[in-house]
Amino acid sequence: MSDVSFDSKIGPVETEASFGDYFALLKPRVMSLVVFTALVGLLAAPVTVNPMIAFASILFIAVGAGASGALNMWWDADIDQVMRRTAKRPIPAGKVQPGEALAIGLALSGMSVVMLALAANLLAAFLLAFTIFFYAVVYSMWLKRSTPQNIVIGGAAGAFPPVIGWVVATGSMSVEAWLMFALIFIWTPPHFWALALFMRKDYDNAGVPMLTVTHGRRVTRNHILAYTVLLTVLAVGTAFTSVGGPIYLTTAVVLNALFLKGAMQIWRRDEDMAEADNFKIERSFFKLSLLFLFLHFGAILAEALLRPFGLGGWG
Amino acid sequence: MSLKVEHELHGRRFGRNLGVALVLVFFIAVVFGLTVAKVTSGGFEVPRMEEQG
Repeated sequence: MSDVSFDSKIGPVETEASFGDYFALLKPRVMSLVVFTALVGLLAAPVTVNPMIAFASILFIAVGAGASGALNMWWDADIDQVMRRTAKRPIPAGKVQPGEALAIGLALSGMSVVMLALAANLLAAFLLAFTIFFYAVVYSMWLKRSTPQNIVIGGAAGAFPPVIGWVVATGSMSVEAWLMFALIFIWTPPHFWALALFMRKDYDNAGVPMLTVTHGRRVTRNHILAYTVLLTVLAVGTAFTSVGGPIYLTTAVVLNALFLKGAMQIWRRDEDMAEADNFKIERSFFKLSLLFLFLHFGAILAEALLRPFGLGGWG
Repeated sequence: MSLKVEHELHGRRFGRNLGVALVLVFFIAVVFGLTVAKVTSGGFEVPRMEEQG
């Protein structure tokens, strides 16, 4: 922002962005999840990669994810402003101009895709470009405001990083890479719908057609249970593939039992019960969902790291 | 609203410029490291024309 935009109401002094504001455009928390899952995809692949090439590839995947975050913030600035959870983001807070966010998003998108093509391979770069396009255009611009299935289909964008990591290492795709994709893809709806249950006013006010708004909260609770059952089958089944092993199986059995129990509790409750304890079960289910994904990928990583010592996998 | 010589705004701008500078230096280091990794890896071959010349 330049001094030219100074006016008597909002001077440049209060609104001039710091470096941290521009960094916040890249959604650092989402980026950290992308870095972790892409790294697991890369290390779980049965091919060793030069550490420098691996580091650079993960970095450019993260930058690409950040770029799509900036494009999302540029497009969604109007609804971010009315949602309590997002009102302090750099654009609605008036610190970064929408045009700046667009420019940063486009520049970093192009840079990250080209650099990933040079660092790793064209297929990985193509997948990164598709992921950015999917998140910024298909999810943010199209699905988010038009269908209650927004986060179901949009979840694919967050599910691509382990596939990209795998492709960086191997140059091709495989069933294991798509299983990791499916794990995040099926996990996304119950994760977000639990959030929508206890952050209900936000989505109502913004007019985002979340399932809670369009089909009601009873239907949302049913959907959470259905997706959790599907997720349990998938997550435990993955234990018997080449990326699984005893550590992963133990982790999956424990976490899925807890997750399924949480989904059952959410399904049994009605709104009166939920309001009576301020959505305690829904909130703890949401927190558990974060741990769920982190520990599943952590277990895949552990299996991959122990494999050279003859300990990981099924031997 | 007048800006003093040592206004907080200047500190914020300096921080922003320093951040951009560090990002650029880091990017140069990554490209350099990537080049070294590519050149020293087994798959690298000098183009035939240059080899003859």
